[in-house]
Amino acid sequence: MAIDSPITPLPSSEFRLFVERRSGQHILRCYQCGKCTAGCPAAYTMDIGPRRIMRAIQLGMKDEVLESSTIWLCLFCQTCYARCPREIDIPRVMESLRLLAATSGKRAAEKDIRLFHRIFLSLVQRWGRVHELTLGALYNLLSGHPLANATLLPRMLTRGKLSLLPPRVKWASEVKKVFDKVKAVEERAPL
Amino acid sequence: MTSRAYAYYPGCSLHSTAKEYDVSARLVCEGLGIELYELDGWTCCGASSIHSASRLLSTALPARELQLAGRPGLPLAVACAMCYSRLKLAAHELSDGATKELVEEIVGGDLSGTVEVVHLLKVLDGEREAMPLKRSLSSLRVACYYGCLLVRPCGVLDFDDEENPQTMDRLIEALGARSIEWDFKTECCGASMPLSRPDIVLRLSYRILSQAKQLGADCIAVACPMCHSNLDTYQGKIRAKYKGNIELPVLYFTQLVGLALGFSPRQLLLNRHFTDPLPMLKARGLV
Ligand code: SF4
Ligand code: SF4
Repeated sequence: MAIDSPITPLPSSEFRLFVERRSGQHILRCYQCGKCTAGCPAAYTMDIGPRRIMRAIQLGMKDEVLESSTIWLCLFCQTCYARCPREIDIPRVMESLRLLAATSGKRAAEKDIRLFHRIFLSLVQRWGRVHELTLGALYNLLSGHPLANATLLPRMLTRGKLSLLPPRVKWASEVKKVFDKVKAVEERAPL
Repeated sequence: MTSRAYAYYPGCSLHSTAKEYDVSARLVCEGLGIELYELDGWTCCGASSIHSASRLLSTALPARELQLAGRPGLPLAVACAMCYSRLKLAAHELSDGATKELVEEIVGGDLSGTVEVVHLLKVLDGEREAMPLKRSLSSLRVACYYGCLLVRPCGVLDFDDEENPQTMDRLIEALGARSIEWDFKTECCGASMPLSRPDIVLRLSYRILSQAKQLGADCIAVACPMCHSNLDTYQGKIRAKYKGNIELPVLYFTQLVGLALGFSPRQLLLNRHFTDPLPMLKARGLV
């Protein structure tokens, strides 16, 4: 379709092609209308808003994109996707960029956000379910914010909102197996 | 006629921070004669962290739950909006033959039995016309808050309109209450950022609370434990940061249905919220 051809001639970019393959999204379809950034609840605190991320990918600006705070600040709220007149799944693009940034050796931004996700998943891998108290404690310990949310703790405990012991799940070992097998598959054939 | 028996996936939060959601959901279903069978040995779906780690894992982990649910052959009812979105998206990914084969190899076993994943709000919406109401909530003005994950991406979730959904409003009005018109129904509350970027959660949740308050809502009704935690557990911090009067009880929609069905505030664990809804409910003559 003619409408799918590039709007301006652009340097062909390995990076863009890679992102397109990973996300399944046609980045050149973006015509920079800015609806994504206009509705993005986190745009106010991103260093490069979603519209500029799309443009930077089109231009092959790999380092700028992978080192941006944007890819970690995306809340996956899907507002931009719902409103994009070109029907680009922008959160899917953000997700691909995250995965790439994590393995590219680039200087990734927003280390607290990355740490939170890492701890969350390590607990799931270990116990099969999340244990909020451990999640909060480990996060405080490892992030260097030892008192984050400490004031909420007593009230959460008295309201029975936190269980003290980690969950016992009979199929926790199955979950571990799924993690291991996925890792093996991804090493065999990096997606 | 919709099915009256469901496999049930509570998810991690409903066994801890959001126990009141689990308890009220079960009570209400029991009161309506809907049978819920909790999946035996369910595990975490990966929620909002999994897709930051691996795309394959974000399908394979929930696929295990879909497989468990496939066994009794019932539709799978999910209460948490986050889990709902994760499970629905995984089911969607599995409709691709190559992905399905790969994931079958990982979780071991057949994934062809397609399980229908439904959110509990949809289940109760189907009961709207035939509820044995004991108490009319006609004095109550409710701001129905759907958040993101229940409605978007609409193409996959197919739940309701993604900008102005009506499912919860319809249900709340069937209880006699009034649902208000407002702009923040599907605006993001800050999602899983309260530990890593609390400033974002406080800002986004403040905007939601303050509009609901300005428009005269008595409470906000939610269908997601993450939204609840951001709007209720963090409300004290929001008030401290932004001043202004935004004190507003945040209830699970199941608790409101439960009240209308005649259950007591204690049974519905209405005493567990950080912003106590009881003074407001008393003032409205509901308890
Ligand atoms: S809304 Fe879509 S087309 Fe418009 S700038 Fe954003 S990504 Fe590009
Ligand atoms: S999905 Fe991400 S980029 Fe899109 S509007 Fe939401 S936070 Fe912004």
